[in-house]
Amino acid sequence: MSRWIALAVAVLVGSAAGCGGQAATPDGVPQPGAGFPVEVAGATIAAPPERIVSASASHTEILFAIGAGDSVVATDLFSNYPSQAEETEKIDAFNLSVEAVAALDPDLVILAFDPGGAVDALSGLGIPTLLFDPPVTLSDVFAQITTLGTATGRSDEAGSLAAEMEGEIERIAASREGGAAFTYYHELDPTLFSVASGTFIGSLYGLLGLESIVGPGDADALGYAQLTAEFVLDADPDFVFLADTRCCGESAATVAARPGWDALSAVREDRVVELDDDVASRWGPRLVDFLAFVAEAVGGSS
Amino acid sequence: MSPAVPRTLSPAAVAGGFGILAAAFLAGVLIGPADIGPGAVLKELADRLPFVSLDSGLDSRQAAIVWELRLPRTVLGGLVGATLAVAGGAYQGVFRNPLADPYLLGVAAGAGLGATVAIVNAGPGAAVVPPAAFAGAVLAVILTYALGVGAGGRSSGVTLILAGVAVAAFFTAAQTFVQQRHADSVREVFSWILGRLGGAGWSEVVIMLPYAATAIVALLLHRRLLDVLAVGEEEARTLGVRPERVRLVVVLAATLGTAAAVSVSGLIGFVGIVVPHTVRLLGGVSYRIILPLAVLGGAAFLVLADLAARTVLSPSEIPIGVVTAFVGGPFFAVVLWNTRRGRA
Repeated sequence: MSRWIALAVAVLVGSAAGCGGQAATPDGVPQPGAGFPVEVAGATIAAPPERIVSASASHTEILFAIGAGDSVVATDLFSNYPSQAEETEKIDAFNLSVEAVAALDPDLVILAFDPGGAVDALSGLGIPTLLFDPPVTLSDVFAQITTLGTATGRSDEAGSLAAEMEGEIERIAASREGGAAFTYYHELDPTLFSVASGTFIGSLYGLLGLESIVGPGDADALGYAQLTAEFVLDADPDFVFLADTRCCGESAATVAARPGWDALSAVREDRVVELDDDVASRWGPRLVDFLAFVAEAVGGSS
Repeated sequence: MSPAVPRTLSPAAVAGGFGILAAAFLAGVLIGPADIGPGAVLKELADRLPFVSLDSGLDSRQAAIVWELRLPRTVLGGLVGATLAVAGGAYQGVFRNPLADPYLLGVAAGAGLGATVAIVNAGPGAAVVPPAAFAGAVLAVILTYALGVGAGGRSSGVTLILAGVAVAAFFTAAQTFVQQRHADSVREVFSWILGRLGGAGWSEVVIMLPYAATAIVALLLHRRLLDVLAVGEEEARTLGVRPERVRLVVVLAATLGTAAAVSVSGLIGFVGIVVPHTVRLLGGVSYRIILPLAVLGGAAFLVLADLAARTVLSPSEIPIGVVTAFVGGPFFAVVLWNTRRGRA
């Protein structure tokens, strides 16, 4: 019995290996994507991927921005930008079914969250899988863009995207140089989850000279804290940024209508800023848009 | 288990209960994440009394913190705590099961499903959330009761608990399924499930007040009948009491109160079991003692639990359900331990 199983496994593995070999070098003709196979973060990618599954909205945006969008065959439920991403097959990144992903026959899988063993399971099936942790600094973002460029054979495009973003970010930060140091309350949802200065999004606000009322907390301590309304009122931030306009329909008007919140300086002086939830929560190319929007709302140096 | 010895509520116990509640209420209003002097808060409160005019020195923001945030939150905490505790005590009496509480009978899970369906379809804070929670709660308690009575007869406490487990598990599974299909509102639903008085304003107090008042008054009026039921059904009948009718009214009132509490504050566990059992240990086994003191003790307990929820990790908030379970879990273990040892 066990001998039969061993034999069956050997045949399957052998044929899988054979397929991979053929795809890499059909008849010894050089592939258009020179430099393959590549070794990226422990995964070996035999040829430029043509069937990419992206289970992360941020990375979907990066893939499209570096021109790999045509190869993206499936994305997660949150991937809604650019609009072509909505037309791909859909998977559920937070209840990931390894079998459903494997059935899409991908040659590259991008994950930002592993519910448990998904990377090992996919790698075990011979599918190159990259797991990206949420960035802590901007250089993490650029590193992820570079990695995606290498993995998709689009290093040049990735390099120029990163350089362009870096230039834009520097320009926006410079426009705020010498401006007033403001405090802010960044709202993730109507139950008052917020961010500290030490989080990734907090560091973006920091580039513009803004400081969270939560304080310097990092990802471990108070990074994403659920605040009491009393604390927010007591801290009286200069600006309120709403990152829950799309999910939960919050607006400057709904904030002003909350009990006691009309006493906030930001409400009285019209400094409640409505953000696009998606742009304010992803670390793709559009984080430049987020910075530009916030800088515009806060006003340049005077 | 000997029949309850009829004893009346002593004035000292009532005074003690009110004293504890008043102290908890004062602490809840005077202490908070915002650094406002207790003296100034007291002056601010006294200023609103007729014939009193005091300058508290608070600016408009601090006054808003006291009047729009702390006060309604403390009042709501008291109403919710009183309702859950008296409902838990009444459930224990009517089902003759010391382990019954609103949570164990599936009422809260039913309310959770109703509220989740309302939140994903109409958004958090929609007006339809409280009635949806109420509908779910009523459905759950009907199912639990029908299953418990049908399967094991109305005297079998174990069957009832098992029925509640089955109903709660089913409703929780349905609720999780609905929530997973709407991943974008997952955080609002989780926030709601863990229980929270954070969004409390006077409007929630206004929603809660009529339900709480109805449930508390109805249950207190039945406290003598619960004592009669505790003696036995046949004895109750000879005294002219109709057990089925008492049971129905008490279950309805307790469900009404629980559903309203859950709809404004989420699923706050253990209040309904910790408080009645504490009262039982300290005051006596008669429902004439347990129910009134549970109202006062429940209010005080939840006001203090909420005080911990908003100050221990300040500026961060701890879901109040976490605080009550953190206290209630170990307490429940002690009650179990003592009950078992008492019987041995």
